[in-house]
Amino acid sequence: MGAAGRRRRAWLGMLLVGVALALLPFLVGKGLGNSWVRVLDFALLYVMLALGLNIVVGFAGLLDLGYIAFYAVGAYLYALLASPHFGIHWPAWAILPLGALVAGMFGVLLGAPVLRLRGDYLAIVTLGFGEIIRIFLNNLNAPVNITNGPQGISQIDPVGVAGVTLAKPLEVLGITFLPLHLHYYLFLLLALLVIFVSIRLEDSRIGRAWVAIREDEIAAKACGINTRNVKLLAFAMGATFGGVAGGLFAGFQEFVSPESFGLMESIMVLCMVVLGGMGHIPGVILGSLLLAVLPEALRHGAVPLQQAAFGRVLLDPETLRMLLFGLALIGVMLYRPAGLWPEARRKRELARPSPQPSSRERG
Amino acid sequence: MRFPAHLLGLAAASLLALSGCGKEAPPPPQAAAPAEAPAKPAVTVRIGHVAPLTGPQAHLGKDNENGARLAIEEANAKKLEIGGALVTFELLGEDDQADPKQGTTVAQKLIDDKANGVIGHLNSGTTIPASKLYAEAGIPQVSPSATNPKYTQQGFKTAFRVMANDEQQGKVLGGYATHQLGAKNIAIVDDRTAYGQGVADEFEKAAVAGGARIVAREFTTDKATDFAAILTRIKSKKPDLIMYGGMDAQAGPMAQQLKKLGIRTKMIFADGGCTTEFHKLAGDASEGHYCSLPGVPLEKMPGGQAFKEKYAKRFNVDIQLYAPYSYDAANVMIDAMQRAGSVEPAKYLEALPKTAFDGVTARITFDEKGDVKDGAITLYEAKDGKWQALETIGGAPAPGGATGGTPAAEAGAAPTPAAAAAEEKK
Amino acid sequence: MDTFIQQIINGLVLGSIYALVALGYTLVYGILGLINFAHGEVVMIGALSALTVIKLLAGSGLPGIAVVAIGVLVAVPLCMALGYGIERVAYRPLRQAPRLAPLITAIGMSIVLQQLAMIFWGRNYHSFPPILPETGREIGDAYISDLQIAILLLAAAIMAGLMLLINRTRLGRAMRATAENPQIAGLMGVNINAIISATFLIGSALAAVAGVMVSANYSIAHYQMGFILGLKAFTAAVLGGIGNVPGAMLGGLLLGLIESLGAGYIGDLTGGFLGSHYQDVFAFFVLILVLVFRPSGLMGEKVAERA
Repeated sequence: MGAAGRRRRAWLGMLLVGVALALLPFLVGKGLGNSWVRVLDFALLYVMLALGLNIVVGFAGLLDLGYIAFYAVGAYLYALLASPHFGIHWPAWAILPLGALVAGMFGVLLGAPVLRLRGDYLAIVTLGFGEIIRIFLNNLNAPVNITNGPQGISQIDPVGVAGVTLAKPLEVLGITFLPLHLHYYLFLLLALLVIFVSIRLEDSRIGRAWVAIREDEIAAKACGINTRNVKLLAFAMGATFGGVAGGLFAGFQEFVSPESFGLMESIMVLCMVVLGGMGHIPGVILGSLLLAVLPEALRHGAVPLQQAAFGRVLLDPETLRMLLFGLALIGVMLYRPAGLWPEARRKRELARPSPQPSSRERG
Repeated sequence: MRFPAHLLGLAAASLLALSGCGKEAPPPPQAAAPAEAPAKPAVTVRIGHVAPLTGPQAHLGKDNENGARLAIEEANAKKLEIGGALVTFELLGEDDQADPKQGTTVAQKLIDDKANGVIGHLNSGTTIPASKLYAEAGIPQVSPSATNPKYTQQGFKTAFRVMANDEQQGKVLGGYATHQLGAKNIAIVDDRTAYGQGVADEFEKAAVAGGARIVAREFTTDKATDFAAILTRIKSKKPDLIMYGGMDAQAGPMAQQLKKLGIRTKMIFADGGCTTEFHKLAGDASEGHYCSLPGVPLEKMPGGQAFKEKYAKRFNVDIQLYAPYSYDAANVMIDAMQRAGSVEPAKYLEALPKTAFDGVTARITFDEKGDVKDGAITLYEAKDGKWQALETIGGAPAPGGATGGTPAAEAGAAPTPAAAAAEEKK
Repeated sequence: MDTFIQQIINGLVLGSIYALVALGYTLVYGILGLINFAHGEVVMIGALSALTVIKLLAGSGLPGIAVVAIGVLVAVPLCMALGYGIERVAYRPLRQAPRLAPLITAIGMSIVLQQLAMIFWGRNYHSFPPILPETGREIGDAYISDLQIAILLLAAAIMAGLMLLINRTRLGRAMRATAENPQIAGLMGVNINAIISATFLIGSALAAVAGVMVSANYSIAHYQMGFILGLKAFTAAVLGGIGNVPGAMLGGLLLGLIESLGAGYIGDLTGGFLGSHYQDVFAFFVLILVLVFRPSGLMGEKVAERA
């Protein structure tokens, strides 16, 4: 087959994937119900988050346990600039890039003091940073009311594109697009953009510098990489993705409150990255889709599953759901320690028997 | 769909049973097996219930669900007929983990499942974002326990609650602390949740208006167990009353630690601390503290004592906190369906605002926003390991169906002080 | 001044509990280089299982101290078995795996243990029955209960015992050797798997004791209590220098003091601008400050060399 033929096939493949992605919300909505379209919407947000964290953890090897803070920054920025809280109503197209920028600045703010730290020390400091942001969001309602404290900010303006709000059903060519569908397309578009940027970054000079730092920081430094700037860039880029996802979250939910940005969320995003396959973009996407969908699938499946297995409901579905979720995390890691879909290079490294009985290699 | 066999059975059954009901009605009349009267149409009405069933508030969430479940089981036992059809109620109990994101996912699921109405959610943080979805889908929502004033201020026709909001309760509590208890120097602690902070802030306003001085404003979290540091600080400020805005899980240990630190000052809580659980957790340190609970004491309500016993018998546990309210919420919804003669959301939604229902917590009527009108609030004092009712402030004084006309009219004429305060705040 | 003394007492009691839990993190970290995220759940199971026994025996007429001792004696082996099981199931198969893989199994384990505890002990909060004598001592206007004195003494004794174990016994020497270099220790005839198991056993036993202390002192236990406690203790371990045993003790005590002094005085220090709601911010801020100037914790030189 000639190069032209191969290219044609590649285009055809992409076209098919594109059509499938475009039809997905309708198929899912008809087949399983609209709650699944909402799950898909959230899953796409998680794809953005996981890819953002993947830059920090997967590419640069910096363990970040407070990543959700950037999501929070993006969400609150959107909420403050597009809600009756301050009476400011900026359009989404202005806030989302601003959110990315501000989140990126927070990324540098976090990165700067902790550059010297390694491994688990970095983990606990980033964790602390995430908690500090959340605590401030939760308490900055006095003496000056900035974030409205634990009450959260409600009645946030929905995202609008070219004067069309996404919060109302839209009829085009006789097809009714529900708000859920419209958000799906917006999130899909931005997720694709994030994926594209991730792929380009991975192959770039900076991407290789990150991997070099991950593998051996001292050697990277010796090769003339400015490790400080490159690390800061990793924090900033990762945070940017989080900031955009946060803004979208606020516009989608039309309500933000600090309880959405707890430590458990950070850990979930980290699980997505590691479970999928750290540093490997398709793996991370798989991981985030899986972990976003699995708890919901268990929510729907817990009762029928028990009835099929034991003939009656032994455990409350919500208990079983979390139990199975925990078991799934353990099981997957035991059978695929490098993640479900690891990078080929990583796989080779792992295949080589390690002389160390303990896994003390540090990122 | 997922269970074709199951559905096929249902479809066959509904073919047999369907005669009067339109097929395209929004709540698809899924028929129960037409065992005894195939001539009479049978309808299954799905009522959703949402609360956190896992996580730190799981015990409260299950309590809410139990309350709604009891109401529905009782209604089923009565073999109600609505609009000429025999109605079977089905409870769809969902878990939102007190997480706003899951709150909306679950709301969407209930909408997909064609729930005819929703009882919930428990927390304001999940109730507010979910209420928008229910409003768009036209599904009535009655929350038994979300107390954030914002919930009903969004202008949704579908949003109701059967519990006094933070403003109403904080105000009464603050007034009681300064007037009846005569507190001059008050320390306030809250747990930095939407509920705790909301009620504590309203309390502070009312207490200051009543002439008290706030000598300390301290904070903890809804996951904390150690309060020694903040209590020590409070001790040094020598208040004559400590107000805690938060739940019993903290209020109980706080009472114990207060005693251990040798502080004799009493505490006052809103509904979150007003539980039997508080006595269990506080042990002998519970004596003398105060709390408030919207509504009239269960014992004084017709059917209240019976409800308590039925609940204990059915679920083998004591009432935690909001079960009576979710019981009332479900009954209010069923009552509206009966009055409207329809289980369709669009039809009985019109009947909901006209509710005048004698629940086990109070006589429930709604104001124009969907808040419970003339919310009576009862104050209690801990004595001999029990909450003893002190007095009931506001609301319909005489429970028992026939009365309750005048106070309701009064409150209706003058918009509740809470509403005024809300406008002033925004 | 009395308030200050009282805050110091509050901080020391809290800190010694943190220290005991932090030791579990630091021991495992020292040997395996692994954050045992499920450790907090071991504390929780220790507290709840001891409480079950204590509640059962509360009406039996035995003296309160004996009842609590029996509770501890039941909880300790249970938690040791649990810790051993966690290591076998979730960590041992992953020794060769990438560094973050065991982190995920640990989180999974933590979720599973919480759910199992919820099934077993229910969703409600449990209180500690009032069986211990409520006596205490006044120091000026400050007050310390005999229970708190007992907690402080017991924690100190346990820590001293642990130091002896590590520095003076064969097992301790093997542990230190494994921490230094597992490969060479193995060549020298140390059974590494046994040492690792022993580490988990010791850490879990400490966790069980700490769990009982928490539930007795604060009179509360719940299936979700482990997470926050574990997080704080982990912070304490890092503050002291993770992997370093005296560091964990110091870190625990310091964190306890920081929290209680922070909650007590942060309002006065900032002129009322920040209050006790910034208690955790204050604690994390101190942690970050320490780590910026001493990147491997207060006493963590050993780890810095290895990294």
